[in-house]
Amino acid sequence: MSNPTNLLYAKSHEWVQDMGDGTYRIGLTDYAQKELGDLVFVNLPQEGDEVEVGAAFGDVESVKAVSDVYSPVSGVVCAINEELLDHPEMINQDAYGAWMIQVNEVSDKEELLSAESYEAFLSEEA
Amino acid sequence: MELKTPLYDVHVALGGKIVPFAGYLLPVQYPTGVITEHMAVREKAGLFDVSHMGEIVLSGPDALNNVQMLLTNNFDDMEDGQVRYSPMCNDKGGVVDDLIVYRIRSDCYMMVVNAANHDKDAAWISSHLTGDVQFEDYSDRIAQVALQGPQSEAILEKVCAKENIPPKYYTYTKDVEVAGCRSIVSRTGYTGEDGFEVYCAKEDAVKVWNALLEAGKENGLIPCGLGARDTLRLEAGMPLYGHEMNDEITPKQTGLGIFVKMDKQDFIGKKAMEEMGTPTVKRCGLKITGRGIARENCPVYVGDRQIGHTTSGTHCPYLGGAYAMAIVEKEPAPLGSTVEVEVRGKRIPAEVVKVQFYKR
Repeated sequence: MSNPTNLLYAKSHEWVQDMGDGTYRIGLTDYAQKELGDLVFVNLPQEGDEVEVGAAFGDVESVKAVSDVYSPVSGVVCAINEELLDHPEMINQDAYGAWMIQVNEVSDKEELLSAESYEAFLSEEA
Repeated sequence: MELKTPLYDVHVALGGKIVPFAGYLLPVQYPTGVITEHMAVREKAGLFDVSHMGEIVLSGPDALNNVQMLLTNNFDDMEDGQVRYSPMCNDKGGVVDDLIVYRIRSDCYMMVVNAANHDKDAAWISSHLTGDVQFEDYSDRIAQVALQGPQSEAILEKVCAKENIPPKYYTYTKDVEVAGCRSIVSRTGYTGEDGFEVYCAKEDAVKVWNALLEAGKENGLIPCGLGARDTLRLEAGMPLYGHEMNDEITPKQTGLGIFVKMDKQDFIGKKAMEEMGTPTVKRCGLKITGRGIARENCPVYVGDRQIGHTTSGTHCPYLGGAYAMAIVEKEPAPLGSTVEVEVRGKRIPAEVVKVQFYKR
C-alpha cells in the first residue's frame, strides 16, 4: 500500500492528518502495522487527556509483543476511535482509515515528513 | 553469528520474516501472519521447521542406567518405538532442560533437547555419564520438520506408506521413507493437536519439507513460524523452558510432578526434592478478564499481597482472549478464584483456571 500524500509522517511511524478545523487525526502507518503483525489489542487515552510530542499516548499489542504509540503533536484528545478497542485488526486491514485519536488545542508539532520523504526514510532504514 | 537450518533458503523464498532464535535464524512468521498460522494448525494443518532442536544419543550396556540417573521420569518399562517426556534436573532439583526420549533399542536412547539449552545439556550429560556408555551428538546432522493439526495424518499418508505411520500418540517408527527419504516419524508435537515430527538427514530436509507442503496444499496446510509455535503451545498450556522452568524451579513447583518418579531408586535432584517436600507454589492458568494482555514476569496479587508472577502470556487466537501461565502460592489462589495481574503499572483482574486452556 502506498502512503497517502495528504498525510504527514513521523519517523516513529505514526501518520498525522490535518482535518482543516484545527484538529489532527493520528494513526499508525502501513509500514508499522506490517512490522507489528496481527494486532489483538489497542489501548487508547480518553477524551480530554493531554498528549505531548514524543510521548506515548497509547499502545498496540500483537500476539507477540506490545509497542507504544507516540504522539507527533502536543494537544488535547478530542475524540478516540472507539471501534478499534473491539476491532484492533482494523489497523492491519486499513492503516490509513483506522485513525486512533483526534487532537485539538495543538501547541507543538514535531518535524513531520511528506509521504515521499517518509518512503525515502523507510528505504534508508531497510 | 547465527546458524542457518537446512531450510533457511526455503523460508526466505516463502517470505518468512527471519529472526534470530536460540542461535539460529528462523522464521517468526510467513506473510500469512501468526493468527492465520495458529488457526490453520487448530483447524487444518501447519508445517514447522524445528531443525534447531538438538539430538543426543546415549548407547551401550549402561545407557539405560545413565538415562535413569539423568532424568526424573522412569524409563525401565519403556519399549522400542515409545517416546517419553521428562525434565532433567540439577543437584538442587532445578530444571536443566525438559526433553523427550526415544527408545531406539534397550541399549540406545535418543534425547531431543531445546536448542537454547543444547550446549548446556551436552556438557551436563557428558560430565555425568558413568559406566559403559557412548555419547553422540547428532544435532547438526539431523533436520526436523513438525506437521501439526487435524489433517496431519491424511497429509502424511500421501508421502509415507500407511503401515509406517505410528498409530498412537507418543510412539514413533524408524527407518521409514517420507518422500523417499529415510526418516524417523514420531507422533508428537508442541501444539496441543494431533501431529507428527519427522526427523531426517539435513541433506534431505528440503525434499521432505517441499513434499509435505505440496501434499498438504489441498488439505489447507501452510508453513508456520515460531510465533504460532509459541501461541499454540501456550494456548494448550504446555510449558516452555526459560519461562515455566529454569535452573532454579523444580518440576514439582511448575506442575510437572507427574514426570518426577520419586519411587525410582535414584536420579539427580531426587535428594533435594525429598528435602523440599510438597511445594507451596504451583503453576496455574490465568484467564484475563479485564482489558489487557499479561506477558511474562507480571506480578500477580491477591489484595495487596503479591503471590507470584506470570511466566508466559499472550492473546490466544483460537480461544479469542488473553491467557497467561503463572507460578503462584497455592493457598490464596484456588481454581475459580479472582486475582489481579499488574500489566505495565495497571492491575487487571484474572480468573485462576486449569493450565490447559485449550483441549482438542
